[in-house]
Amino acid sequence: MTQPTAEAGTTATDERPIRVLIGKPGLDGHDRGAKVVARALRDAGMEVVYTGIRQTPQMIAEAALQEDVQVIGLSILSGAHLGLFPRVVQELESRGVDDVLLFAGGIIPAEDVTEVQELGFKGVFGPGTDTREIIEFVREHAPRRT
Amino acid sequence: MNTAAELVDALVAGNRRALARAITHVEADSEIGREILERIYPSTGRAQTIGITGSAGAGKSTLVGVLARAERNRDRTVGIVAVDPSSPFSHGAILGDRIRMQDLTSDPGVFLRSMASRGNLGGLSETATGVVDLMDAAGHEIVLIETVGAGQDEVEVATIAQTTVLVANPGAGDEVQSMKAGLMEIAQIMVVNKADLAGADTAVAQLRALLAIAGISAWTPPILKTIARANEGIEELVEAIDEHQAHTRSDEHAVAERERHVRGQIVALARAALHREALQAADRSGALAELVEAVARRERDPRSAALELLDSLRATWAAADAAKL
Repeated sequence: MTQPTAEAGTTATDERPIRVLIGKPGLDGHDRGAKVVARALRDAGMEVVYTGIRQTPQMIAEAALQEDVQVIGLSILSGAHLGLFPRVVQELESRGVDDVLLFAGGIIPAEDVTEVQELGFKGVFGPGTDTREIIEFVREHAPRRT
Repeated sequence: MNTAAELVDALVAGNRRALARAITHVEADSEIGREILERIYPSTGRAQTIGITGSAGAGKSTLVGVLARAERNRDRTVGIVAVDPSSPFSHGAILGDRIRMQDLTSDPGVFLRSMASRGNLGGLSETATGVVDLMDAAGHEIVLIETVGAGQDEVEVATIAQTTVLVANPGAGDEVQSMKAGLMEIAQIMVVNKADLAGADTAVAQLRALLAIAGISAWTPPILKTIARANEGIEELVEAIDEHQAHTRSDEHAVAERERHVRGQIVALARAALHREALQAADRSGALAELVEAVARRERDPRSAALELLDSLRATWAAADAAKL
């Protein structure tokens, strides 16, 4: 881990901390990975809204709207990603939330990665990913807000 | 929907995305954020604002959740501002209040915003006051503010909300003792939560004893027992909140209460602004750094150093004023 600094969680042109939503859609209750990522992003200076497990696509989209997060990271280990991710994207669109960075984690088989990316998930991070890679990804791609 | 005027028009009309974005600007203390607050203020003052404070683990989030549900059952719209601490090291934060308020997320009559305390020099009041105003202007009838329980912030919550509820727990004897200093004066309602634990009656008795020595004012804070997790005692709490709100809006007390409230806000905001400006000036001039070195070497004492810092700031400001003329 690199030593966090005051500027660590901010993009170059935006001095506010990056706001990220980490959530688990669907019914699997394995949230270790989501919590590890949430903590890593916090330690990198970001503000992480953690919504917990068993979230419906509506709950995730509504939370993202109210919290005005710049980034949404979703973790799924149940195999339901191709069923749930499109519905999350749809719920976001129906609320006009069109300027967030999406990334996914958990168990997403290699043959599904392209499809998940085409849905708009710019990053797909499998088991064993170095959290530094995720931090770098978020810093580089998070849209500005103010 | 990018200018302050556009955002204000949209959020007053009930656009939730505009409200969310306006909060982001206010939280960032940006120019747009400040303009939004100026424009919005005439549309505020309709919401009942209720602060929930107390130490970590007292059950604030759970209590806010059940209170919001109770208000929804009365068909009132609810805004919630939930504050969690920022890490003093990384400045990051985990905002986890949604976990305990899951059922509220899908309710269109509720708007919940999590905030990190961001270690604001002036404390929480600066931004949270603004966020509460935005929720008020957006038409929420009740705004609940949940704050981290940490020293100054607890006192500041009193300047944000009209009614402040202090949450304590049984078996926290020492904690109740510490409430003598300041906290008792800011709470209009006291709650012993987790009242199914041993010692609840003792905690109530201790609070009552402390109140008895606090002196007489127009409002005597009721002391209630709740078990938020089991939704017990919530009706009584809602009633107590209603009573205090009626008290603050009664013909007899309305003017005094409103002035007490806005005086607290102005003072807290001025203190925050002064604090920030002073420290920035001290940083820029290097005066603070010099004094720190001298005091660290024990060549002088911190008190005289503080006064000298103040003198040098006055000189800086006077020079700046002269330059303007």
